[in-house]
Amino acid sequence: MSDPSSIGLAKTPVPPRLALWNITKRYPGVVANDKVSLSVAPGEIHAVLGENGAGKSTLMKIIYGATHADEGHLLWNGKEVHIANPAEARHLGIGMVFQHFQLFETLSVVENIALVLEGKFDLKALAIRVKEVSEKYGLPLDPYRMVHSLSVGERQRVEIVRCLLQNPQLLILDEPTSVLTPQAVRSLFGTLRQLASEGVSILYISHKLHEIQELCDRATVMRGGRVTGEANPKEETSASLARMMIGRELPVCVSPAFEGEAKPVLEVKGLSYANDDPFCSSLFDISLCLQSGEVLGIAGISGNGQAELLAALSGEQLSASECVLLEGQPVGHLDAGRRRDQGLAFVPEERLGRGAVPSMSLAENTVLTAHRQAGLSRYGLLNYGAAREFAKRCIERFDVRCPGVGAAARSLSGGNLQKFIVGREIMQAPRVMIVAQPTWGVDVGASAALRQTLIDISRSGVGVLVISEELEELFEICDRIAVLAGGRLSEAQPKAQTDAEQIGLLMAGSQQQAA
Amino acid sequence: MIDSIIPILVATLAAATPLIFAGLGELVAEKSGVINLGVEGMMLIGAVAGFAGALSWGTSVGLMFGAVAGALAALPFAFLTLSLGANQSASGLATTIFGIGLSAFIGQFFVSQGLPGMKPYAIPLLSSIPLLGPVFFTQTPVVYLAYLLYAMLAWMLAKTRWGLILRAVGESPEAAHAIGYPVLAIRYGAVCFGGAMAGLGGAYLSTIYTPLWVQNMVAGRGWISVALVVFAAWKPTRLMLGACLFGGMTILQLQAQGFGVAVPSQLLSAIPYVATILVLMVISRDRKKLQLNLPASLGKPFVPGE
Repeated sequence: MSDPSSIGLAKTPVPPRLALWNITKRYPGVVANDKVSLSVAPGEIHAVLGENGAGKSTLMKIIYGATHADEGHLLWNGKEVHIANPAEARHLGIGMVFQHFQLFETLSVVENIALVLEGKFDLKALAIRVKEVSEKYGLPLDPYRMVHSLSVGERQRVEIVRCLLQNPQLLILDEPTSVLTPQAVRSLFGTLRQLASEGVSILYISHKLHEIQELCDRATVMRGGRVTGEANPKEETSASLARMMIGRELPVCVSPAFEGEAKPVLEVKGLSYANDDPFCSSLFDISLCLQSGEVLGIAGISGNGQAELLAALSGEQLSASECVLLEGQPVGHLDAGRRRDQGLAFVPEERLGRGAVPSMSLAENTVLTAHRQAGLSRYGLLNYGAAREFAKRCIERFDVRCPGVGAAARSLSGGNLQKFIVGREIMQAPRVMIVAQPTWGVDVGASAALRQTLIDISRSGVGVLVISEELEELFEICDRIAVLAGGRLSEAQPKAQTDAEQIGLLMAGSQQQAA
Repeated sequence: MIDSIIPILVATLAAATPLIFAGLGELVAEKSGVINLGVEGMMLIGAVAGFAGALSWGTSVGLMFGAVAGALAALPFAFLTLSLGANQSASGLATTIFGIGLSAFIGQFFVSQGLPGMKPYAIPLLSSIPLLGPVFFTQTPVVYLAYLLYAMLAWMLAKTRWGLILRAVGESPEAAHAIGYPVLAIRYGAVCFGGAMAGLGGAYLSTIYTPLWVQNMVAGRGWISVALVVFAAWKPTRLMLGACLFGGMTILQLQAQGFGVAVPSQLLSAIPYVATILVLMVISRDRKKLQLNLPASLGKPFVPGE
């Protein structure tokens, strides 16, 4: 393969829609893409499979012109091109559906779409086209709704319709299912197959093996910035794909039965919270009971009251004292610090900024929550020696890979920082542990370790509450699962008596009510 | 009765004009996501530059000088906040302080000099409409320019691609950048436009409204303009009404002073500021509406590519 124009030409008479040859991109201290080559034929659904940090996103940014490769060649329909910016990529016929939607909340659907289209500025005519295209591909949309009033699934439809109106020849989807219900995923797959049958090539980026096996014709697997394999995902097993993706077997969690006496440790009774901020959700009559020795999962898509429920549980938002009971004691009126004193530990969703102070060292970050419980302060003065000792024990016990207790929190990878934060909370011997999105943006190995840690701590008699968007994760670690949708919490079901399908319906059902 | 009201209304519009210019300019800057607290300073720089220009080349040239000087005064602010990502509030305050000092320094050469001002021009036909005609259409041409600016901005923001892009950049610079808009260039343009309009408003004050130089003659109108934008919920029409309210109160309290009302004149002079803020506070109580109109990225620095 000495000549870039030879890629793919031998196999097919038509040149590939897109061919990458030896793309290399370096950032200070890290090679994000190391001689990456891949090619996508017209009408092919091609998966790019890899963990967080494998270099998938960087590669897509290069294709979309958002960043530039240091070396390598990019061939579009057989011709070498240099894509200077996203506008040029769109001109060529490359559409991108971002993982973090690039939408404007206070603008209407049609205005959001008009921003990427060229030609005459006529919102009325465009609204009609939006309706036509959205109906043709089974993506129903009201062009005049404001984006902030749309559910996550509807927002994704806006992103996709926005791409489709530019008549793309290649559509890139970056982790498109991370926030969708199983039912919405199925309808998305229908749309993508329809597009592929019309000749649109699709680059589908994901780390979810079963989706790729269901949808894609070919897969390029990446690890650590390199291509580690190319395969037909339908002929591979999950295990063989996982080996290519993470270099070893997919780790499995074990959850033994709890042997102690189960008693309620955290109860929420009739908690309501009316939010007058139009960008936030309200809570309606939430009740739940968390037992010691169990992991209770709360499924649901963010923005359905997750942030508000977390605030009410952690004590950032106060409520009537009887609404929240900790081991039978009313704590609804107590602030976060007082609740921690009574044995509540809390791991927020945002690791950098709320779980830890990014620029401070790990030792300093232990003081953030452990200053009272672990005796890090005396007479109002901090004992940094004790804090360093505490951080050191945490790093050793929870296998946090870092240079030492002096390392700044932001220098750690997502997985290692999360291990540290979870460890910091566990070492304060809580009675109740609340964890939001425990493995968001964490690689597979660290995810498995974190999940196992949560199961283990619950089996020691702690009540663990996990709020997560990842259904698979909840089914892996939880004993019971409830769904928070539209600010309402469903009854928690034992894991054995429910399945992803049923949970998905609950997630979507209330969403339609709210819409 | 009507004969005595018409001059008051005419004067009201004339008094509102500097706020209309400065306020609409600031509105554009804030819609792009940049809050510039330097309006007072940029108006003063515009006022002194306008005065200098008018002294040598006539009032029209003076007005142009004012606008150009205002835009130039906005440039350091734009460079600090946009290119260097500095804090917008602090940089804006610095701009105001700088403007106060610079205008006083240059203005010392103009003390006790006067200008001819500008004569009202009655628009044929329109000015003969009863009541409305004399009030709205027997003004100086600069007031007509303010009408025009308002109409164009209101149309542009609501109906055109340019307006949509401006709102989009203020709403989410990250998303605008991701779909390929030059966020910083657009913000530079909006901030400089805001500066030019503030400068024009200032020049109007020094060359037409009171055609002589007095140190610190903008007298807080820049701050009122900034407040107007917020309380008007970033809507041009509300901003116009707020500006007219301020203008009306200014004229009324002058009349009251003229009649010799037994209230200290300093207190009377404060009335327009207090009344404008109070009225606007009352009509903008609805926090939800304010939230929907507030440019979400207002005041936050944006560094592309992070």
